[in-house]
Amino acid sequence: MLQEQVTDIEQANDSIEAARSSNLGEQYLTFYMNKEEFGVNILSVQEIRGWEPVTAIPNAPRHVKGVMNLRGTVAPVIDLRMCFGLEEQAYTNETVVIILTVPSEGGPKVMGVIVDAVSDVHNFNEDSVQPSPDLSHEGQAQYIKGLGSTDDQMVILLELTDELIDDV
Amino acid sequence: MSVDLSQFHQVFFEESHEGLDTMESALLNLDVAEIESETINEIFRAAHSIKGGSGTFGFNEIADFTHVVETLLDLIRSDQFVMQTEHVELFLKSVDCIRSMINQLEADEAVDTSTAKDLKRQFEAVLAGDAGPAAESDSGTKVAETQTTENSSGWDIYFKPDVDVLKTGNEPLRMFRELAEMGTVAVSANTENVPSFSEMDPESCYLSWNIQLEGDASEASVREVFEWVIDDAELTVTPIAQSSPESKPAEAEPLAELDNTAEVPAAKAVAKPTKKDSKPESSSIRVGTDKVDSLINMVGELVITQSMLGELGRDFSIDRLPRLMEGLEQLNNHTRELQESVMRIRMLPISFAFSRFPRLVHDMSKSLGKKVELELTGEQTELDKTVMERIGDPLVHLVRNSLDHGIEMPEHRLAQGKDEMGKITLNAFHQGGNIVIQIIDDGAGLNRDRILEKAIEKGLVSAQDKLADEQIYDLVFKPGFSTAAEITDISGRGVGMDVVRRNIQELNGSVEVESHPGEGSVFTIRLPLTLAILDGQLIRVGEHVYIFPLVSIVESIQSYDQMIHRVSSGCDVLRLREEYVPIVRLWDIFNNKPDSEALEDGLLVVVEGDNMKIAVLVDDLLAQQQVVIKSLQDNYRSVEGISGATILGDGTVSLILDISGLIKLAGVNRNDYKKAPAQDDTRAA
Repeated sequence: MLQEQVTDIEQANDSIEAARSSNLGEQYLTFYMNKEEFGVNILSVQEIRGWEPVTAIPNAPRHVKGVMNLRGTVAPVIDLRMCFGLEEQAYTNETVVIILTVPSEGGPKVMGVIVDAVSDVHNFNEDSVQPSPDLSHEGQAQYIKGLGSTDDQMVILLELTDELIDDV
Repeated sequence: MSVDLSQFHQVFFEESHEGLDTMESALLNLDVAEIESETINEIFRAAHSIKGGSGTFGFNEIADFTHVVETLLDLIRSDQFVMQTEHVELFLKSVDCIRSMINQLEADEAVDTSTAKDLKRQFEAVLAGDAGPAAESDSGTKVAETQTTENSSGWDIYFKPDVDVLKTGNEPLRMFRELAEMGTVAVSANTENVPSFSEMDPESCYLSWNIQLEGDASEASVREVFEWVIDDAELTVTPIAQSSPESKPAEAEPLAELDNTAEVPAAKAVAKPTKKDSKPESSSIRVGTDKVDSLINMVGELVITQSMLGELGRDFSIDRLPRLMEGLEQLNNHTRELQESVMRIRMLPISFAFSRFPRLVHDMSKSLGKKVELELTGEQTELDKTVMERIGDPLVHLVRNSLDHGIEMPEHRLAQGKDEMGKITLNAFHQGGNIVIQIIDDGAGLNRDRILEKAIEKGLVSAQDKLADEQIYDLVFKPGFSTAAEITDISGRGVGMDVVRRNIQELNGSVEVESHPGEGSVFTIRLPLTLAILDGQLIRVGEHVYIFPLVSIVESIQSYDQMIHRVSSGCDVLRLREEYVPIVRLWDIFNNKPDSEALEDGLLVVVEGDNMKIAVLVDDLLAQQQVVIKSLQDNYRSVEGISGATILGDGTVSLILDISGLIKLAGVNRNDYKKAPAQDDTRAA
């Protein structure tokens, strides 16, 4: 099981690398949360890691799980399920942390988001992306860029910012 | 051939600033009654380098002005001019003037020469008025030199370079070409020194030249051509027969033969362009070669250890474990030494920060009419460059304060039986992992009643509060507090001291004051040696590991029932000898789970911050170690009670505790300064 996950992560990291070097429009890394598929722009993804316990920050919002050591950089780790009002789930071997670079006023910040599992890398042209209906979970609409679709699946495309650490 | 000189500008600016600092401190140390020739030489050399450098780089405004300064210095140096106190002032003003011109050049602004012109006139007046009688015999050459005979129709130039001139890469032909650009040039070579062919060294220059330059070039521009070789060469520049009658006074008449070699200083201080690659804008640091050498040694050792470990790893078997352990131990030592060496590179002696004070005290005591002597001790104490840069302003504030409020007027001091001359001491020394800087004055000391009165008036404390002297003196660091009756240029705006404290706290340091009426005050600043590394005490609460800065820990104790008193629910105090120290439960303010909530199961770490002590309940004390401080704000945000994070040996992140933040979190505020204004409001209503 663990071995499988490691191979998955390696594959995903490889495809990120490939996507970076190629120039095929808007590519998204997709992942699962609560059986729904979500996507983030692959250019904002630094790497993907397996879940490891983090150092808790005192009096932090509940969805901020703590900080982790990212090769000498201290980065916060956020549970994306909790940000989107989904029910909490125990972390398993499949749980992964996607390390993202997000824009903020004081320059880009690095943070990790916890998701259920990574899925794939997809291309979405602007034409195929539909605006999201304005009925989504209150407060989280700002992060939803639109709805894309692959052959048989809907993908919720996200655009995350550093405000994630304040929210909920 | 043209070299892009702009790449050397930064070096020139830095060297000039250093030169100006040297001039300034030498001038301040100068005793007019007994002038030491070495001091004058030092000033002269510095001025000369600046002149040479600015000439080379085409900063003529500076070169011209420095030239006049240098001329007067040269007269003083050769005992042809008697220096008076007012001349010292004049020199100090010119140092300021050159400095501001250099700053303007550095900022790429237009150079404001009005001050320079004004000062130049003063110098010329001094030179014209006094130089003659002081040295009648040969002052003619000197004074004539200072007259910039701009309107001459041409120059007779005699140029005899050093025999080694070609070896230094200077080519006379190039200089002649440059002269030719200024006007018509007729050159004749003197060949009488050329030896016979068999004795001739092909790399030496045996020639000298007579050059006639016709045109309206200024003497300065002619000399500039020879700027790079002037130290070792004989150079005479004489105006060709004057076409218009000389409008200058008599002594300006050029003498028949001006031997200019006397003018050329012996010191080889002309700024030679160094081959350093300096990037503009980025600040640089000068590092002693010994420090770099030790660094290289260390890296060498590290490489050896690394290759040893590498080899060990290639075919490792369990019987080689001791060797592995040994290797790792070595690696550990080398890494630590390397870290220390690297840190040492950033360390500069505190004299960099102290050097501005002699001038400050000199100027201020003059304008205040006080007599003050400044003593600097421990100038060689080393401090991180960043800390140094940021401690400068707070120090200035404190010294100004001591001068303005501390030291009394001379008559007042005499009346109190003190020496008329006040004394301010700046002292620096290392203590543990800290550097301590003290500003000591022997003035009146802080006025306890006046401070208290003022604080009550401003609503910082209420009249009923019983405060210890120490706490009263501490009030001067509160925002909006100033006891000066009127606002002066120097101090009294009431913004000084709180800014001082805030700046110092930003550096993880502290400042406190101790004062005795009539005897003076001592301001003590404590700063960490560096901002990047901290000695930490690891502690544990439940599964969480936090770090206390070791410097903030007073002591750690096991608590006993009889030492603990419950003041009210949720507020326990620890009796620590004569003091009652509030107890803060870390699990409580951080909302996490400890091993045990009972006081007697844990340990109390007594820490100090913001001038008060708290006893922090933790589950266990772990190791002490040096930690590298990482920012939490970079990717997250600031967290109350946490000053930063670090990465422990096992790769996990641990948080560093911030004592004043903990105090705020716990809501412990024994003095309740902040509540006072609120009470005022209710009373007013």
